[in-house]
Amino acid sequence: MIAYLGRRLIQSALILLGVSLITFALLYLLPADPVRQIAGRSATPQTVENIRQQLGLDQPFIVQYWHYLTKLISGDLGRSYIQRSEVTELIVSRLPASLLLMVGAILCELLIGLSMGLIAAVKRGTATDQTLMVASFVGVSAPQFVVGLLLLYVFAVRLSWFPIGGYGTWRHLVLPSLTMGILGAGWYARMMRSSMIDVLRQDYVRTARAKGLARGAIIFRHALPNAILPVIAMIGIDIGIFMGGIVVVESVFGWPGIGQLAWQAIQRVDIPIIMGVTLVSAFAIVVGNLLADFIAPFIDPRIKLR
Amino acid sequence: MKKFLASTVAASALALMLGMTSARAEDTVDPNAKQGGEIIATYKDDVTTLDPAIGYDWQNWSMIKSLFDGLMDYEPGTTKLKPDLAESYEISPDGKTFTFRLRHGVKFHNGREMTADDVKYSLDRVTNPKTQSPGAGFFGSIKGYDDVAAGKADSLAGVTVVDPYTVKFELSRPDATFLHVMAINFSHVVPKEEVEKYGADFGKHPVGTGAFKLAEWTLGQRIVFERNPDYWHKGLPHLDKITFEVGQEPIVALLRLQKGEIDLPLDGIPPAKFQEVMSDPEQKARVVEGGQLHTGYITMNTTMAPFDNVKVRQAVNMAINKARIIQIINGRAVPANQPLPPSMPAYDKQYKGYPYDVAKAKALLAEAGHPDGFDTQLFAMNTDPNPRIAQAIQQDLAAIGIKASIQALAQANVIAAGGDKAGAPMIWSGGMGWIADFPDPSNFYGPILGCAGAVPGGWNWSWYCNKDLDAKAAEADSIVDPAKSDERYKMWSDIYAKIMADAPWAPVFNEQRFTMKSARMGGADNLYVDPVHVPINYDNVYVKDVQ
Repeated sequence: MIAYLGRRLIQSALILLGVSLITFALLYLLPADPVRQIAGRSATPQTVENIRQQLGLDQPFIVQYWHYLTKLISGDLGRSYIQRSEVTELIVSRLPASLLLMVGAILCELLIGLSMGLIAAVKRGTATDQTLMVASFVGVSAPQFVVGLLLLYVFAVRLSWFPIGGYGTWRHLVLPSLTMGILGAGWYARMMRSSMIDVLRQDYVRTARAKGLARGAIIFRHALPNAILPVIAMIGIDIGIFMGGIVVVESVFGWPGIGQLAWQAIQRVDIPIIMGVTLVSAFAIVVGNLLADFIAPFIDPRIKLR
Repeated sequence: MKKFLASTVAASALALMLGMTSARAEDTVDPNAKQGGEIIATYKDDVTTLDPAIGYDWQNWSMIKSLFDGLMDYEPGTTKLKPDLAESYEISPDGKTFTFRLRHGVKFHNGREMTADDVKYSLDRVTNPKTQSPGAGFFGSIKGYDDVAAGKADSLAGVTVVDPYTVKFELSRPDATFLHVMAINFSHVVPKEEVEKYGADFGKHPVGTGAFKLAEWTLGQRIVFERNPDYWHKGLPHLDKITFEVGQEPIVALLRLQKGEIDLPLDGIPPAKFQEVMSDPEQKARVVEGGQLHTGYITMNTTMAPFDNVKVRQAVNMAINKARIIQIINGRAVPANQPLPPSMPAYDKQYKGYPYDVAKAKALLAEAGHPDGFDTQLFAMNTDPNPRIAQAIQQDLAAIGIKASIQALAQANVIAAGGDKAGAPMIWSGGMGWIADFPDPSNFYGPILGCAGAVPGGWNWSWYCNKDLDAKAAEADSIVDPAKSDERYKMWSDIYAKIMADAPWAPVFNEQRFTMKSARMGGADNLYVDPVHVPINYDNVYVKDVQ
């Protein structure tokens, strides 16, 4: 167990190192010259060179990467080129909003996805099952930008149930969480359905039925707890999908999280912020996967960590 | 020999010579304006910085003007210069010495009085390479600039504090644009103690002398400006509070405006909704249209065959159907026939430009030895509507036999191609077009049409370099005497007419701005499309529903 933990941690660190190297290299290869961006149109060539030197951007790639890495180890993500603030400060100020959205989105996707999957499994082969599976398919494939705008238009503009974007109260949280959650709900509905169908085929369920237990009792007391665990274990992996989604959803709803920060930084070629957000996201994904792995044996004793 | 224009009467006389209505600040307050009230404005992107030495974008430009002041400013809603923190100024006969007398009793938001030392400090700071100011180059005419820029000196030799209320600028050459430079954000006055206290984070903790002070900044969410009760300009600002909510997509902002939740969606009307808004009389009544100091143009690389032949360039000018291109952007522009936009002084109203004449264009091409046209490349930025505009240009060119393949690239790649002598035969400037930094005709010449810009990495994408015109431009800019500004503008009009004869550009359109506001917003229309306080003049607008 300890050896496994150690091995996984080393692997994770290597993954993060790889991500940092690849992102750094990609941004280095961008044709956009960040120095010209900072220096502006009226800058003389001398000003441009001065700034390049001060930022250390006249150094070879390896030196630049090494500087970045050594600062990174001490938790310093550098200073934004355009906003001129510490990247760490910018990310930290926006993390709570993204985490809140993540919690909201996970609640939404579990609530919607699991109930859809459960009903579909119980009503397997019926029109209800098929409708739900088509709905989940749509949920998985609909672009979040479109879903977000649609929800915004119907529930905020037309019905005025929720505010039109923004941040602050629980009412602001509902629509963006739903937009994020609909994508995950589709996946969960499918996983829940197959997991539930598996469980319903098990001998113990047949025994319970033979004993004459009520259908509801069988499903909720005997089958559901066993079916739901492997599905829940996927939440860790979900973080990866989530990190991809926040860029779009936060922009649509004006949600002040790191996704929006990343989107604005990309438009302005603000390389330190793009680097920082990428690393934080990669970190979250790695941690999510680690958690999923470590939770698995507790949920399903057949899984052993080696 | 120095004689200060001490009285406002004298200042007004000078102002009249300059073509200004008045130099007395009190006159600019709208007598109908109501005092008090709060508004909400929205922007898509988070505000980057409010440091006047750094900020250089659409959002923070006017915000900085409301937090800070410079020695000069403009009459609200116009391009007419007026003294601001300066009470008066004097220009030496040779045009190389500018002496400003400062207002007394102007206080920074921290309560300390602003003096000539602060003016000098602010200019030393903005030109210091360590500040990394994108505007440092504007101060190139001040004596000692080169030493500061090269890191050889910490202080501009040409800026002298005569006494606490007098500051003198010595220039290395006569510079007619210098008063504009003293109005540009980069020259705005900052207090040394606050800059030193916050260091690189001063942009998040701005302290100036402006009409508003920063009350709150929640990163990624909102910025709140509060009225500065000690503002030196009595009667301004009108509003008690402005809340800027950021991170709001233009489409969301428009919906919120329609529901009455906000007052000013400052990223404008999204293109997809433009027709809908303009066809609704109630909404259209709340849209203010105005010009901006912008020109969209096609550059032709004058060093590359066949564009090294002036007849080919003239033919292209005649081939472009500007009216149709303007339709592509919902009519949000006016056709351009010269580099300067119409609201710029020295714009030549008499000049007719090249007519849209396909037959004549073909004839010119034939004269140039290309009766069957030729193949070339047209570079354009890859964000909407630029690829569609490039396609329209492509079709227009095809009509006279020029087969242009479109290279739609990211902005940085187009800029890189333009700055490379062998990079791009033709570029559509959309999305990167020149917007003037200040309302003076010289601002459209040096970097984009003069020899100085025709260097690797420069912005003169036509690589047009006419030494005679460079000399004429220098001559025009040495006419510093405000009384001779008409003569100077005439020289600039001639320069641009000569440029058009050489046709390194095909000017296409001047973008119009459309600002939408809530029904409760008051104030003259030109405040909402202010040519200098872009996008709007926060100090002078007001709300109608307060007591």
